[in-house]
Amino acid sequence: MMTTTLMQRACRRMLPQAMQRHDIIKTSCCKSLTSSFQYNHEQQQYSQEVVIGRSFHSSSSAAASQPSYHEAEAAHDKNNGHNELQTTTSCSFPYEEAYNPTKPDPNYPSLGPTTKLNLFQSINSALHTSLSTDPTAILFGEDVAFGGVFRTSQNLRDEFGQHRVFNTPLSENGIAGMAIGYASMGGTAIGEIQFADYIFPAMDQIVNEMAKFRYRSGNQWSCAGVTLRAPCGAVGHGGLYHSQSPEAYLCHTPGLVVVMPRGPRCAKGLLLSSIRCKDPVIFLEPKILYRSAVEEVPDADYEIPLGKAEIMQQGTDVTIVGWGAQLRRLQQACDLASKEGISCELIDLRTLLPWDSETIIRSVKKTGKLIVSHEAPITCGFGAEVAATLQQECFFHLEAPIQRVAGYDTPFPLVAEKYYLPDETKNLDAIKKVMELAK
Amino acid sequence: MMLRGLNYYAKPAIRQCSNTVGAHKHRRQLSSLPHHLARQNNGMVNIYLTKMPRPMPKTFNRLKKPINAEEDVASLQHVPSHLSYAGSKRMPITSEMRLVKPGEDAPSGIWPVFRMMDESGNFRKPDNSHHTNVSKIIPPKHHDLLQLQSALAIQYPHFKHSLMPSRLFQLSKNPYSDMPSLKKEEEDSDAKNTLLRAHRQMHRLRTMDTILHNAQRQGRISFYMTHYGEEAIHMGSASALSPQDVIFAQYREAGLLMWRGFTLEQFCNQCFSNDYDLGKGRQMPIHYGSRALNYQTVSSPLGTQITQAVGAAYKFKLDAMNNKEKQAAISIVYFGEGAASTVDFHSACNFAATLGTPMIFFCRNNGYAISTPVEDQYAGDGIVSRAPGYGMAGIRVDGNDVFAVHAAVAEARKLAIETSMPVMIEAMTYRQGHHSTSDDSSTYRDVDEVQAAQDVTDPILRMDKFLCHYGWMDEDAVASIGKEERAAVLRAMEAAEIRPKPKLDTMFTDVYQEKPPHLIRQERELRQYLKRHNITFH
Repeated sequence: MMTTTLMQRACRRMLPQAMQRHDIIKTSCCKSLTSSFQYNHEQQQYSQEVVIGRSFHSSSSAAASQPSYHEAEAAHDKNNGHNELQTTTSCSFPYEEAYNPTKPDPNYPSLGPTTKLNLFQSINSALHTSLSTDPTAILFGEDVAFGGVFRTSQNLRDEFGQHRVFNTPLSENGIAGMAIGYASMGGTAIGEIQFADYIFPAMDQIVNEMAKFRYRSGNQWSCAGVTLRAPCGAVGHGGLYHSQSPEAYLCHTPGLVVVMPRGPRCAKGLLLSSIRCKDPVIFLEPKILYRSAVEEVPDADYEIPLGKAEIMQQGTDVTIVGWGAQLRRLQQACDLASKEGISCELIDLRTLLPWDSETIIRSVKKTGKLIVSHEAPITCGFGAEVAATLQQECFFHLEAPIQRVAGYDTPFPLVAEKYYLPDETKNLDAIKKVMELAK
Repeated sequence: MMLRGLNYYAKPAIRQCSNTVGAHKHRRQLSSLPHHLARQNNGMVNIYLTKMPRPMPKTFNRLKKPINAEEDVASLQHVPSHLSYAGSKRMPITSEMRLVKPGEDAPSGIWPVFRMMDESGNFRKPDNSHHTNVSKIIPPKHHDLLQLQSALAIQYPHFKHSLMPSRLFQLSKNPYSDMPSLKKEEEDSDAKNTLLRAHRQMHRLRTMDTILHNAQRQGRISFYMTHYGEEAIHMGSASALSPQDVIFAQYREAGLLMWRGFTLEQFCNQCFSNDYDLGKGRQMPIHYGSRALNYQTVSSPLGTQITQAVGAAYKFKLDAMNNKEKQAAISIVYFGEGAASTVDFHSACNFAATLGTPMIFFCRNNGYAISTPVEDQYAGDGIVSRAPGYGMAGIRVDGNDVFAVHAAVAEARKLAIETSMPVMIEAMTYRQGHHSTSDDSSTYRDVDEVQAAQDVTDPILRMDKFLCHYGWMDEDAVASIGKEERAAVLRAMEAAEIRPKPKLDTMFTDVYQEKPPHLIRQERELRQYLKRHNITFH
């Protein structure tokens, strides 16, 4: 991604010794940094914070020895940042272009006054709303108390108390099991898994207990109040263990609800729906969007229905389905395709389990072509489920084979991430391919 | 021993696997020879030996001496000093109930086992006491429960603090509905007698186990797990809990549910998976659950219930903080010593102590996890020795002594509520039966070991002896209890067996709270398939 090389070049100037190895840059969470991550009006750029690893909160002494992001960003500003934009085909994240707040968005009727928030702030707002309106709601996980490694829980402990927002010991199966037990006695438990890559110790609790709790008890017991949140997805330099999208493992479990928002505005609504949903929900948050995605998010308490896909833009030539951060790349691909006269219908699934096949089927019956795109490896990725269902339901409406544009079947690579990810160029190629095949 | 015959109706599970007609006669011979040769040498046709005798694992031949079995049975004077139900570690017995709290000195060496009642049915003297068992106070027959309680407290003053608040010796406010009362209109104190109820339910549980185990052998149910040897744990601990305490069980705790009021019909309905099953016929037998009785539904994965109990306890903690008038509640989680090796146990202990949740970790150390003896399960001193390491209180009790289990759970509950901290109880007992109906424990353990557990340390035997000492029971009374319960179980089983199975739609409901479109679609497909091929669902 652009920002990876940008950061690397910026920091290489500053820290030659540190960049000899592909090192993780630790940042500190001091408040002064927040000011450097505002929207820069002149350049219409969003700076992106590098957030990796569990040791996110480094000590102040360590922070002093490393250059802060002020210097890194100054280096960026010096070059105006445009070099990277022009030389590579991958885009920046000018999110404003995708969603112009001045245009009335038909998908979101007026919900009152809005505030410009990024993803972690909108999630924080949703958590705040939930803790305010539900007296049994608790929020817990690793490093949740001080604000979270992604700042999603900041200021919540001060407001709601140490018994409702607290740290747990380092054990994902403990977090999941505790959430189940708390919810089974009628409470609302919001557990945070620090990275979706680390959700696997909790898989026994999630698959064998959480998903089957209501069914096996004959509806006597349920863990309706469970919501497990986890940051997922590529971040630019996360490598094997900070970039995974485990939705395929989770969607293979009947009884779970799996949700992934694409931006701050739908994240707040989807998270509130998930917390209040009467089934256990795994809420996956694309971590690359935590700072880089900024939208006008309503201040109100609103919910977006689960199990319903959203048609982001109408089209007639090809249906494109995605979820999470991938939609940014898909939106770029659609824009590039529209310049060549191809009208794409872009659909965000939003809820992956149970997923809204009706909307996709209706769309494919109209366009006759389908492309599914996701970051996770292609084999047995969730795109396979979409493709299989669509070919079964719309076989005679299809004018071209269904395309899956996804990651390769390798562990998530580090230096090769740019080539691993299904970026907008690969998706544009797929769009042109189906148009060609359909002729 | 005259009371040995009281166990006539509870056939030991292991006997069914041993073929030898002349087993009694040749028992000495059998136990002195290696197992596979013994079977061949008795001259009887062994219909069960269908393959070559396999070499026994080396742990099999360990000699597990029951505690002075011959002497203890013969003489009531001897007071055993050490306990070793299963496993080679001998644990000192103590009459002092001491909950080792975090920060206190943990016992050096082996943690002692707290016990109130010996195998003879008599209460123990204090530790290091020079008196052997003195003559008991035999109250007249019309003594009621409270008088018995006072008499015991006088005779055994070192147990007074456990006996006086003990709910086992408190008459219930209302008559227990499952106790037979002679005259409905009269106040029948027996129907409110908690101790007699515990005794009766222990017999009921064993009868139910025997009959349903045999039902599985006859092919009437698919699976069953017995509780032989652990009845004292069930009745002792359940009677110390309050109804608002939620129970997270593993699978060998049906007695708790029985104590709370689950009827024999309900047990059989679940085992036969009929339309009256509260679980709607979705799980294997013995996976009971009851929301009304505050007993979480049992699931097969081991140990997962332990972390969940922490979450439930945390809810109670917050409830207590927010609402002072509400009755205090704890969560109690039961698990075997095998499940104490799972990852969830360790996470749960850490979470419970760190977050300060009011709960009890109750470990049933019964010597085996299927075929794995305790030597292969852990190297330390059992499970409770881990408690100080996690920062929680702990106590080890004799799981075959109803009174000790009750006292320990009552004390632990009080401490958990007062300090909002977890407490670990390890109850030492012995799994007399097979792990389940899919198991044949004669392949990995000695017949003598099981025999000793049945004849000497059996909890029901001990309870029978205790009640006989105080004139409340005799052979005939116990035999008639056995007959009544047997008839009740058979009645319940026959009623459950003829009931129809749950309807087809139970397969697709409750996956989510509301059936989503894809499940509606799939159910429709299934119904069309059944119609197309003229298949009727049950």
